[in-house]
Amino acid sequence: MTLDYVANDGLCAGDDAVAGDCDCGGSCAEFGAGCANGCADGCANGCADGCADGCDCSEAPEAGPETAPDDCGSASAALLTPVALKAAPSNTGGGKPGKAPRPKRPDFVSTTNACKLCTPLGAMLAFRGVEGAVPFLHGSQGCATYMRRYVISHYREPMDIASSSLGEKQAVYGGGPNLKKGILNVMKKYDPALVGVATTCLTETIGDDVGGYLREFRNEFGDLDLPEIVHVHTPSYSGTHMEGWNAAVRALVDQLAIDKVEPHGKVALLPGFVSPADLRHLRDLVTDFGSDVVILPDLSDPLDGPALEDYTPLPEGGTPLADIRALSGAAAVIECGRSLAMTPTGPSGSSGSAGPATAGRVLHERFGLPLHAVGLPIGLRETDALVAALEAVTGKPLPRRHELERGRFVDALVDGHKYVSGKRAVVYGEADLVIGLVSLLTEIGVHTVLAATGTRGAHLAESIAAVTEGMLPAMPAVIEGADFEEIADTAEGLSPDLLVGNSKGYRYARQWNIPLVRAGFPIHDRFGGHRLLHVGYAGAQALMDRIVNAVIEKTQSDSPVGYCYL
Amino acid sequence: MTTATAPNVTATAACRDADLLDERKKQVHRAGQGPIDMACNRESLAGAVSQRACVFCGSRVVLYPIADALHLVHGPIGCAAYTWDIRGALSSGPELHRLSFSTDLQEKDVIFGGEKKLAAALDELIDLHKPKAAFVYSTCIVGLIGDDLGAVCRKMSEKKGIPVIPVQSEGFKGNKREGYLAACKAMFRLVGTAPTDDVSPLSVNILGDFNLAGEIWIVRGYLARMGIQVVANITGDGRVDDIRRCHGAALNLVQCSGSTMDLARMMKEKYGTPHLRVSYLGIEDMADSLYAVAEHFESVDPGIVERTRDLVREELAALMPRLRDIRRDLSGKRAAIYVGGSFKAFSLIKAFRHIGMNVVLVGSQTGTQEEYRELETVCDPGTVIIDDANPLELSHYVRELDVDVFVGGVKERPIAHKLGVGFCDHNHERKIALAGFEGMYNFAREVHASVMSPVWRFVPRRSQRAAVPTGADA
Repeated sequence: MTLDYVANDGLCAGDDAVAGDCDCGGSCAEFGAGCANGCADGCANGCADGCADGCDCSEAPEAGPETAPDDCGSASAALLTPVALKAAPSNTGGGKPGKAPRPKRPDFVSTTNACKLCTPLGAMLAFRGVEGAVPFLHGSQGCATYMRRYVISHYREPMDIASSSLGEKQAVYGGGPNLKKGILNVMKKYDPALVGVATTCLTETIGDDVGGYLREFRNEFGDLDLPEIVHVHTPSYSGTHMEGWNAAVRALVDQLAIDKVEPHGKVALLPGFVSPADLRHLRDLVTDFGSDVVILPDLSDPLDGPALEDYTPLPEGGTPLADIRALSGAAAVIECGRSLAMTPTGPSGSSGSAGPATAGRVLHERFGLPLHAVGLPIGLRETDALVAALEAVTGKPLPRRHELERGRFVDALVDGHKYVSGKRAVVYGEADLVIGLVSLLTEIGVHTVLAATGTRGAHLAESIAAVTEGMLPAMPAVIEGADFEEIADTAEGLSPDLLVGNSKGYRYARQWNIPLVRAGFPIHDRFGGHRLLHVGYAGAQALMDRIVNAVIEKTQSDSPVGYCYL
Repeated sequence: MTTATAPNVTATAACRDADLLDERKKQVHRAGQGPIDMACNRESLAGAVSQRACVFCGSRVVLYPIADALHLVHGPIGCAAYTWDIRGALSSGPELHRLSFSTDLQEKDVIFGGEKKLAAALDELIDLHKPKAAFVYSTCIVGLIGDDLGAVCRKMSEKKGIPVIPVQSEGFKGNKREGYLAACKAMFRLVGTAPTDDVSPLSVNILGDFNLAGEIWIVRGYLARMGIQVVANITGDGRVDDIRRCHGAALNLVQCSGSTMDLARMMKEKYGTPHLRVSYLGIEDMADSLYAVAEHFESVDPGIVERTRDLVREELAALMPRLRDIRRDLSGKRAAIYVGGSFKAFSLIKAFRHIGMNVVLVGSQTGTQEEYRELETVCDPGTVIIDDANPLELSHYVRELDVDVFVGGVKERPIAHKLGVGFCDHNHERKIALAGFEGMYNFAREVHASVMSPVWRFVPRRSQRAAVPTGADA
């Protein structure tokens, strides 16, 4: 019974083996003989390429338990008892065995416990990352208030979002007057450098021509000292908060980086939706290469500021407008996000605007800036890719400080691998975050069995395949457009050992009695969620520490012995 | 370096109201300075960052705690996502309310209509969860694309044999108050649809308590000791079947000035059920409320007044010594109150007096003219009264009035904290019971824990004015 670490990568493992089913997760290359003997072609489901005999690798693993022949499991269980023993206790988490099966989700049209937020929220966050900006929602009052509360609970910082506060009359006659009056009021109270206007489902549905209203506004009030006004279409019935974020970043570049300026050699970094701690780390990384950097957007100071003596209407920090206007002079642009990079060209559903689909591509196509599209730099290899881009742009090698950080992380990989090797993880959240997390998990030996995002059209499977290639016994199940109930339904057949993602998965971690390693947004049930570091070698280290410790803590608290030496 | 003394509040009082937007001036008043004439209950001003929400929010707040109902939000995902399990409204049984259901309308639904999707969603969710009733919340765009919610709900109700009730809560059609009304109308459709045989003549419904952190259980405990049956919790720890027979109760106890008063009025009109306005926050209000209930039932049960007196005496005998140390520490400190409904403000002002603190700022999102006029009479002269405030105004007054602790919701917290001011969460997210006599103690402890923390020594604004704890039990 002391065999508490086994590479249970598939074979006929887990509770399914006990129950007489087969859950051949893979690793058949290693244990090929056992697998072939034990389960023959029953060993079909979720098996990676390595499993030569009769495996249909195209089948998603979650289909496993129901379809596998009965005799398969018992045979393999007999053959590989330790595996079955190891996995058996994880059954007690509740929720898995003996529960009435839920109806198959694909037939469901409703959403239960969404794994996404609405489109304008992402735009509001992105606009918050510009210096002197006031995020402005063109819609009814509730949207702004709900989003503020949601954002505040994560960052524990003020987050003002102005609203055009449309009422019934404006919904009928159009929201133009409210939009204009709202901007004037914002100018009066905030004196902003930028007003970032995003639409909502209300104003998109009534067909408000925000671009037209803003042109009128500029004409009518041209005598005033007007702020920059950037607008973006973010109907909440199309896309998720990530599409909103990306559309807003793209709009900032598209509408502000108009002129070709003298080259200034700075690195333009479009980091994606990462934490203030991440943004500070990325700034240090580029700066250590001896290069100045423009990070867009930069939430680090606006959403993680110091205690103040006097309340400032606008928080300090954020990407300076001048820097955005002068992006054409950058040495190169680095855009993070594998999923983002696969955004199709042309009018996309959420941004509704023609032309290049991402901010990076706008800069590339408009000014010929070299574009380095990399993943969110989470984990060793994705950080290596960012570093390679920086080396190419700056012509300098990785600074010693970061080289040492990398070295220490590799050292930690070795030191920590046994604690987590073969553990099974369910990862959920924004597509690019999920890809980064899966990449890291794969490096430390954790097997992702399910990767899910609320976004549709994220090309998640392709990216997950790319970051796990040759390293996992089986391709994880991948779900796009997922809600948490679908994630739960799928995960229940996969015997996960841990969840990795935002706070909203806590209900399920609790139900299954497995750890939730918190990452991303929102972290509403822990202190310091916005200070979590995910990116770079240091971020990989921080994440690995937390993952390993979550597993150790679980082992410790489950143990009847109460070891204080593990 | 900041000065070592607190600014003179009255001296600075007059100077900075000029910062207010012109339209907002009629929504701020200083107690004792001229007649009060608040221009409240108007639409929030475009461009001002209001702390208010929308019609949907009002409905969702009221109906949410009904634990055995399916709450389906018909609209794009945001409205459901932002209201998923964020409140501390507890249930003693089913917890269906803690799941977030949405039709998650997509572009094609907006173009071709969402009725089919809604019907299918109801169909599958009712089959799966077997709720006692379903509430279907309308959101902004449902009001625009013209889905016939009523028809879909009627059909589903017939098909499934449970009440399926539309809630007309299109976000843009007013503010939170209209949402309360829509919720009350929805609940009223349930009232009177179940037998009331076993209802005692000494019986009440509890309206406008949402059982945050188990508060309704505290109140029910007191009522039980008085010998009173509670027919329906409306809506904290609420059940559909209880609401269906709540017209059998002899009296409605209505807390929270806005949210459920409409239901009480409807019940008065149709069933003749009288109602009492009550508050469970603070010592006087809790005691007064129980006495008022006792008085109401005195003719039916003469012993009830005595029982109530004993109850209050026992509770106070236990509570007062525990408050003493806390009051010693907090005496003379200043509080600001900004809450959703103004009823809470009344109780809080009195509660702060019990712990020796002065309320220097009080405001609400949805107070009425009448309520503000009443509010002024319980305020000290110079207290700033504000309707539908925004962060800039709140932070302005927090500084001007040199506030020690701010009572509000999650949106106000970062303002207070950023300026180095203590905070007590009095909104729906809180996990600490503040109702009843034991709630008063919890409240005092909350305030004490924040005000007396050593952290204020280190914030820029207060670095010279450190509090010295005296060892109170906190």
